[in-house]
Amino acid sequence: MLKIDAEACIGCGLCEDACTFAAIRVEDGLAVVGDNCTLCGACVEVCEEGALSIPRQEGEAPADLSSWSGVWVYAEYRRGRLAPVALELLGAGRRLADKRSVEVAAVLLGSGLQAADEGGLEAAARELIAHGADRVYLADDSGLADFSDDAYGNILAELVRQYRPEIVLAGATAIGRSFIPRVATMLAAGLTADCTELDVRAEDGALLQTRPAFGGNIMATIVCPRTRPQMATVRPMVMKPLARDESRKGEIVRIEPAAAWLSSRTKVLESVTAALDQVNLAEADIVVAGGRGLENAEGFAMIRQLADTLGGAMAASRAAVDSGWIPYPHQVGQTGKTVAPKVYIACGISGAIQHLVGMQSAETIIAINRDPEAPIFNVATYGIVGDVFEVVPKLIEQLQRRSDS
Amino acid sequence: MKIVICIKQVPDAKDVRLDPQTNTLAREGVQSIMNPYDRHALEEGVRLAGEQGGTVTVLSMGPPQAQEVLREAVACGADEAVLVSDRAFAGADTWATTHTLAQAIRTIGGADLVLCGKQAIDGDTAQVGPGLAERLGFPYATCVKKVLSCTDGVMQVQRLMDDGYDTMAVQLPALLTVVKEINEPRLPSLKGKMKAKKLAIKTLSAADIDADPAQIGLPGSPTQVVRVFSPQARGERTIFQGSVDEQVAQLARELQQII
Ligand SMILES: Cc1cc2nc3c(=O)[nH]c(=O)nc-3n(C[C@H](O)[C@H](O)[C@H](O)COP(=O)(O)OP(=O)(O)OC[C@H]3O[C@@H](n4cnc5c(N)ncnc54)[C@H](O)[C@@H]3O)c2cc1C
Ligand SMILES: Cc1cc2nc3c(=O)[nH]c(=O)nc-3n(C[C@H](O)[C@H](O)[C@H](O)COP(=O)(O)OP(=O)(O)OC[C@H]3O[C@@H](n4cnc5c(N)ncnc54)[C@H](O)[C@@H]3O)c2cc1C
Ligand code: SF4
Ligand code: SF4
Repeated sequence: MLKIDAEACIGCGLCEDACTFAAIRVEDGLAVVGDNCTLCGACVEVCEEGALSIPRQEGEAPADLSSWSGVWVYAEYRRGRLAPVALELLGAGRRLADKRSVEVAAVLLGSGLQAADEGGLEAAARELIAHGADRVYLADDSGLADFSDDAYGNILAELVRQYRPEIVLAGATAIGRSFIPRVATMLAAGLTADCTELDVRAEDGALLQTRPAFGGNIMATIVCPRTRPQMATVRPMVMKPLARDESRKGEIVRIEPAAAWLSSRTKVLESVTAALDQVNLAEADIVVAGGRGLENAEGFAMIRQLADTLGGAMAASRAAVDSGWIPYPHQVGQTGKTVAPKVYIACGISGAIQHLVGMQSAETIIAINRDPEAPIFNVATYGIVGDVFEVVPKLIEQLQRRSDS
Repeated sequence: MKIVICIKQVPDAKDVRLDPQTNTLAREGVQSIMNPYDRHALEEGVRLAGEQGGTVTVLSMGPPQAQEVLREAVACGADEAVLVSDRAFAGADTWATTHTLAQAIRTIGGADLVLCGKQAIDGDTAQVGPGLAERLGFPYATCVKKVLSCTDGVMQVQRLMDDGYDTMAVQLPALLTVVKEINEPRLPSLKGKMKAKKLAIKTLSAADIDADPAQIGLPGSPTQVVRVFSPQARGERTIFQGSVDEQVAQLARELQQII
């Protein structure tokens, strides 16, 4: 329960403003907390009188936390390719491991039969080493050709029990967010979702995991003081990979998964790649996005033309997707994709928080909107206040003229 | 078929915006609503029960006022409603939440199919579905966008992936988490509303579900929130001035330099 010190509380109401859940109110000059308090601690942080606290019961002394050591990264591999987030996590993992003076290992699961022409799993393992892994645990089995929550989860959990890493990171991708929660449950470990920042706390070496919650309206920093491993899924495109270095040395440890680990209660019957979206939005350097301001599907023809001129990909706000002007795979935001391109051009998008969370880590944001008060301008590096139907065609023309000359 | 739908009451995010001046949350009277994804889980459950024969029980862990969303669910077609409510549950993370929900499901006699939303719009973790499935010993599929069939104890579903979708077979008993594409939820019916008004909602405490005190609420949660703060606003920005042509020319110049 949230404790309110009635002596200290001056009824200023700061706590009321800080509570996302509307769980605390000032009544007759005193803060009162309701049943729907989630104990998130936001109000404790803002109370200048120190009137609020969350008493924590210290559980029994954590047994053998120090016997867990090393940073692990789950290296997602699908359709014969490493997911870019695997390399980003190695970059983040390396930095954490260096602070803790421990090793970084990657876990790579798949089947050598997938896209052997690209060098298959061996090549992927070497790629992981070149990007910072000291060790790669590699399970190559035809039973791992399709992603399975059961098989992948069994193997990862089993390896963690055996080797006891203190930290396990995975990408907050469809796959990571599907099977990592099962692994955490199997291991009775805490799991922080969709982190955008990771650090090590100086005093005790605890992993500080920071993540957006409430659709990006608040950020929370989370620790797992009593359990190991400390597990987190990490948002793609946020962490920086290390530069590729062929001279890095690392060991590949081959794992023979037991038949029981490979058994799965689900079966993939067919795996379909969305043909709609040939350009991988999440990996594009330049993204041109359109919103409700484009008025109709024809408006998006203009967006496509600008994207083509710049060699970029097309994206959209949910309002545009919901209106049927462009298919869902193009949606950016809380319920769509997260992108972090070099340049993001938002045309006729207001900049609702649910959209911003999907694109605000772009290096340069350009906003074109006729409303000077539109919130998109708060995050924009460059802005033009004007009509998209006038600005965009002129911009295309200018860019074409410049590239011709 | 016994279907259980997990429903969370959440603050309505629609009117939540960051105040650009103060960088704090501007809220106009936050209302509690049914988590939007759970509405789709409910619809799918009601649809399946109609097709296959069976009952739909809605289940929520939350404070007493979470009764409201359960009544709404009954108005939209659920047969029974169960609220697990106890001060001891406060501050639960997903590990503690899944223990509580799993114990509650066992207490009410288990399930053939459990449906959850893909994620809750407040905690945003999407971890409760898979975690709950593991607690129950069920296979599961996340982000289901379509149920193709349900015959002889096997469901065929389409699950969204980052690069498309997978069609998969899942053995019952199972758990699915659903995305909004899966269906168009119905509105409450008049008959449903009448039923919801009269229905006694079964309320279970921590003792009623035989919860392990070491696995519930804040003390039973391995994750601890140590700090909550507002996201940072960005640094410098330039709004171009002049005629549209001048502005476009400046932008084109900047773009060429960056690219
Ligand atoms: C739970 C939840 C999840 C959500 N998830 C997402 C998500 O993933 N992605 C997402 O984008 N949204 C999401 N939303 C919706 C979000 O809140 C906004 O409603 C949406 O982003 C608005 O899209 P928009 O900016 O295109 O439309 P609007 O907000 O209607 O803005 C249109 C803008 O275009 C401008 N405009 C109009 N005509 C012109 C013109 N001729 N020239 C120049 N400018 C013009 C207007 O000034 C206005 O600023 C979510 C909402 C909720 C509640
Ligand atoms: C700021 C903040 C950050 C947090 N971060 C984390 C974190 O990183 N890791 C963590 O373990 N916990 C975290 N929590 C705690 C977490 O929000 C709660 O455990 C919550 O009870 C369930 O998580 P969720 O809201 O993310 O649900 P999700 O897992 O996103 O919900 C998915 C589905 O599960 C079902 N469901 C969820 N909760 C209930 C319920 N109470 N009753 C019935 N059905 C339900 C619904 O069908 C829902 O659609 C955080 C809490 C806050 C306030
Ligand atoms: S912020 Fe602190 S002092 Fe102000 S009303 Fe809340 S509890 Fe009281
Ligand atoms: S702890 Fe969080 S939910 Fe509880 S009153 Fe404070 S801000 Fe609100």
